Amino acid sequence: MPKQSPIPDEISKPFYDACNEDRLVMQNCASCDRMQFPPQAACAECGSGDNLDWSEVSGRGKILGYGVMNDCRVRVLQEHQPFNIAIITLEDEPGINMYSHLPGTPVEEVPVGATVQVEFEITPATGQKVPEWRVVS
Amino acid sequence: MTTQNAPVSMYRRDEGLGIWEGRGKVVAVGVGHSPTERRWDQSPETSIGAYMIIALRNAISDAGVSPDQIDGLVIDPVTTTGAMWPAGRPIPESFAQAFHMTDNPIDGISAMSSDWLLKNIPELTNVKFTMYGPGCMSNTICVAAQAVASGLTETCLVLKGWDNLEGRYGQGGANAEDTISGGQKFTNPWGPTGPFQYSWLFNKYTEKYGGSHDLMANFVVNSKRNGLLFPEGFWAQHRPEALTSEDYIASRWIAKPANLYDCDIPITVAAAYLFTTPERAKDMKQKPVYILNHATTRPRNRGMIQTLDEVEGSVDSTGRKLYEGSGLTSSSLDIENMYDGYTLFHQYFLEGLQYRGVKHGEALDFYQTDISIEGPNPVSPSGGNTGSGRTRFWMHSDSIQQLQGRAGARQVHLKNGRPETAVSGGPLPTGGDFTMWGTSV
Repeated sequence: MPKQSPIPDEISKPFYDACNEDRLVMQNCASCDRMQFPPQAACAECGSGDNLDWSEVSGRGKILGYGVMNDCRVRVLQEHQPFNIAIITLEDEPGINMYSHLPGTPVEEVPVGATVQVEFEITPATGQKVPEWRVVS
Repeated sequence: MTTQNAPVSMYRRDEGLGIWEGRGKVVAVGVGHSPTERRWDQSPETSIGAYMIIALRNAISDAGVSPDQIDGLVIDPVTTTGAMWPAGRPIPESFAQAFHMTDNPIDGISAMSSDWLLKNIPELTNVKFTMYGPGCMSNTICVAAQAVASGLTETCLVLKGWDNLEGRYGQGGANAEDTISGGQKFTNPWGPTGPFQYSWLFNKYTEKYGGSHDLMANFVVNSKRNGLLFPEGFWAQHRPEALTSEDYIASRWIAKPANLYDCDIPITVAAAYLFTTPERAKDMKQKPVYILNHATTRPRNRGMIQTLDEVEGSVDSTGRKLYEGSGLTSSSLDIENMYDGYTLFHQYFLEGLQYRGVKHGEALDFYQTDISIEGPNPVSPSGGNTGSGRTRFWMHSDSIQQLQGRAGARQVHLKNGRPETAVSGGPLPTGGDFTMWGTSV
């Protein structure tokens, strides 16, 4: 589904650069041993930005839940309504969750709890890739 | 006069702080509202600036004080409901001629500064303390309560306005572009807008505890009924149409399982309250309502969206903070007026507060009891955003008026129409600002 192209900033550039290399990375506070997403200037736990680095994750996850978007405010998505929006939790760090349209999964036929694998989708306006997730089991 | 945002220290964010040091030192006395409109028609007299002036003057009059007794002003400088005044678009000439302007050309149209207000309310000759509580009325109440309790002001106006310009809510600006910057770049590509954050969570809630979306009907219908008894509200003023359970269940989906009636309607309107000390209130016209405590909860997200466990943890923390600082318990809470703009999250507040003993997973069943203003379990007697339009302040106005015994046709019947304690606040169960009210300390 065609999506708005995100414009990276200084903090998020490593994440988006990795997406363009088909890799999923998460910001990690080495001091707290804690991942967070989206990336921020400081760790939400300890408040320090001194120990933040980037860790590549497996790209596997599970579907925590979902809803269906019937009347979306984002213009480029409106012609595709209704569509699924699933919440994906990372296998490596279940506390982290991300959105997905679940390409290949019919609307309202979302298998909650199923395993998903990340893939990377090109957004039309700039070519920036973003993570998407596909059901594998 | 330079006005600063309230420092973080003015919000009570932590558990374990004990009884609020301001308990017994701050009361609400006056309540004032402006008229409501669906959208601004670009005439000066219906601008949000004009409406905020009306609300302030009504609160002053309601309290029965002379304007020169007011020495404080706490407002939210943000007034937009979601539609923005286009950058570079000239403001109507009639507006500029009707008011004293500041350096910000949209002051009074789609923003509000204390300078603009003081320039345009000449009778406020003695204001020495001003502060911003950005967010919504729930923020400004916390800030003003803390300011009065700390002696920064003795008689303080608390003000919030909302402007609703032309265009569909939230559909312009960044949402209409092909690219996206800022924090929205992590959400907008997938489009989880409007009620989605709480509609998917409602699925998780019913998956965990059972129940269905249809069980929300009694709450939404009851809230609309209460709103139609709120003469200052949008629906009562413009479209006094009752809602039935059948209407609710048949409504179109916005973000399934959230339908049209699970959402509120953006409007133009303002409200103001007058806070002061109990000593000063003795000479005023209305009964004082004590602010027994205020509390703030802020989310610390790890991912894109809060999970059910995280939301339940947030509302539990909010409940503990409110009771700890006020000295109340769930069994001594008479009325709940927590936020409802979206309806699908109101139940989390009830459960976090353990209102009428309701625990996690029990709210949908509780909604099937008598939750009317006449019954033993009144829920959202203000009607909230559902009943009166999107303001995030009806619940505060109603809490004050209920405890003063002057909520009119909405007056709850508990204790012969004189409930003694109430709680209100929002906006979100994941994070917001909340106030506990009482007729005495």
